[in-house]
Amino acid sequence: MKRTGAEILWECLVAEGVEVVFGIPGGAVVHIIDALPRYPIRFVLMRHEQGAAHAADGYARATGKVGVCLATSGPGAANLVTGIATAFMDSVPMVAITGQVPTSVVGTDAFQETDITGITLPITKHNFLVTEVEELAPVLKEAFYLARTGRPGPVLVDVAKDVQAAEAGFSYPEEAELPGYTPHRDLDPETVERVAQLLNAAERPLIIAGHGVLLSGGHAELVGLAERGGIPVTTTLLGIGAIPGTHPLCLGMAGMHGTLQANRAIQTCDLLLAIGMRFDDRVIGDPKAFAPNATIVHVDIDPAEIGKNVVPDLAIVADAREFLAALLPLVEPRERREWLAEIAAWRRESGWESPLEESGKLLPQYVIHEIWRATEGRAIVVSDVGQNQMWEAQYYLHELPGSLITSGGLGTMGFALPAAIGARIGRPDLPVWVVAGDGGIQMTIQELATVVQEGLPLKIAVIDNGYLGMVRQWQELFFDRNYCATCLRNPDFAKIAEAYGIRGLAVERRDGVREAVREAMETDGPVLIDFRVEPEENVFPMVAPGKPLSQMFLPQRKEVR
Amino acid sequence: MRHTLVAAVADKPGVLNRMVSLFRRRRYNIESLAVGHSETPGISRMTFVVEGDDRVIEQVKKQLEKLVDVIEVRDVTGEPAVVRELALIRVRATAEQRGEVVQLAELYRGKVVDVDHDSLMVEVTGTEEKVNHLITLLEPFGIEEIVRTGPVAMVRGARPKEFRINVLK
Repeated sequence: MKRTGAEILWECLVAEGVEVVFGIPGGAVVHIIDALPRYPIRFVLMRHEQGAAHAADGYARATGKVGVCLATSGPGAANLVTGIATAFMDSVPMVAITGQVPTSVVGTDAFQETDITGITLPITKHNFLVTEVEELAPVLKEAFYLARTGRPGPVLVDVAKDVQAAEAGFSYPEEAELPGYTPHRDLDPETVERVAQLLNAAERPLIIAGHGVLLSGGHAELVGLAERGGIPVTTTLLGIGAIPGTHPLCLGMAGMHGTLQANRAIQTCDLLLAIGMRFDDRVIGDPKAFAPNATIVHVDIDPAEIGKNVVPDLAIVADAREFLAALLPLVEPRERREWLAEIAAWRRESGWESPLEESGKLLPQYVIHEIWRATEGRAIVVSDVGQNQMWEAQYYLHELPGSLITSGGLGTMGFALPAAIGARIGRPDLPVWVVAGDGGIQMTIQELATVVQEGLPLKIAVIDNGYLGMVRQWQELFFDRNYCATCLRNPDFAKIAEAYGIRGLAVERRDGVREAVREAMETDGPVLIDFRVEPEENVFPMVAPGKPLSQMFLPQRKEVR
Repeated sequence: MRHTLVAAVADKPGVLNRMVSLFRRRRYNIESLAVGHSETPGISRMTFVVEGDDRVIEQVKKQLEKLVDVIEVRDVTGEPAVVRELALIRVRATAEQRGEVVQLAELYRGKVVDVDHDSLMVEVTGTEEKVNHLITLLEPFGIEEIVRTGPVAMVRGARPKEFRINVLK
């Protein structure tokens, strides 16, 4: 039986187990939209294509499945770009489907034509332009396979409009035909043995866990390894949740706004086992002064990450979970009391609690920590970018793997609200909180309409300090308080929420926080709380850009070296 | 240091764009690039000359290999490889000077492939150094135009097993 290209597309998505697609219709996907009601797939109508890409991203991160978004040609496709780039930087499995103008006019600057495969070349794992209906099923097979295997990433499939209407026989290929693609490499047992020897011989070993541990599902193996070997664990921003935040061996996040104990441990350790991370500049500070006493072992699934930013002493190209599972039995049980006592002393010195203490001010750290307390660290929190994101990372101690969803690599403001829509649709069993600043929330605030339309009980905390706060912090610290273009005159966010049909609350005092959070949790539907926090509160600890991790400012700007 | 890399890539639209885009965005310094069909239908073989230290070259190789359409990349710099390029050189020569130019070209196993009233076109194949040397010798006559393919490379001896390409459907 012959099917149209549009039908073939949906058949392929059904065959891939796709349950939900985030998107916006348009002229160049009109055939695809027309065929949609005949297939068991939920279509979430967003308010901007950027929101569709972020929602697919949030869905993918919350579920581990491939997120799918759909947009029309030209402006629709171009609006996906920020969301695709976000997913690319954070290795998120995504398939973006775009309509393209008919093959007969491709290349003629036709109405709503844009070269989206050209535009997305450097921000996709791979992309395809489909100009023959017979190619559609094999291309989609390859797209999903590429998106979810190896180091995951976004794949874009651009489908010309005539292809959607053309007819062809349909059979979904069993395998993708990609001779140049090697997503998996077998572990070399000798190298794993060598890592075990290094770990067993080390006095002050440290693990730094990245997104790869979570993407591979290796969190249990990670915790097992840490407990067996008495090895403390720090994480990257995207590695948060790989070990429970309250675990005694969890040191919190490392890097520019990392904890004192994590950064000191990096600078002091004699063995650094880096797993599923890529030594981002925000993590390592001055690369020449990074982990100066350590033998560095780097485990990553992407060979191109080995030696890119930091040259390791030993490298293994492997899936993080497979590696951890192979390493675990080879590691000798140890307690390492002295090393852990040293770390515990740094933890006491860190001043982490001080912003939580009564000061007569409404401090953002306290707001985050109250949300943590009320949700017992077991909500999915989707954070935006900037100060709110760092405070979330520092003061929400994630108990569940994958429960922090945030734009790490690209640092995309406006990510949180649409990504939370995807996260909640993917995980309706978990409470989902949005933590966003007053700047970021306004970049995608129209998605409040999608929240209502889809009936999603999101709890949205706006950390409202009236500034583009992270830039203001840099202006304060490095530009002599020249607050140029960072002060925001904001609308009343609670009223905005109410206008969309969302319960809106505003909190101006510390003693109103607990009650507002409770009220939000007890309300069935979505709630937005505008927390009008201390305007000039800074994110500390902080390592100035390019400085060694040992040089930090602690809360109250106390400097340590 | 300059490295010569040989890559096997799928012969599909846009592949060259993907590779060149990678060089541009990661700021790798590409000196020459030669592309053509390989022994296997559907596969092209490219020879790149890239400038960079060992760490940069290692990254170039790995980043290229990450491209889905790139099947294999090999750095042949340290290997016993035959590396050749072809150049066409249009050189000014009066009727009296022609003999001298032809002689020089022949010393370099080049040949004259076109003759005009006051110029000759010389074709020469060889290593980059050899081509450079002939150009230096021809300069006093006045060079009007040069076209060079950039080097192509092949390792001597039996074809290494790991470099054999699975035939695409």
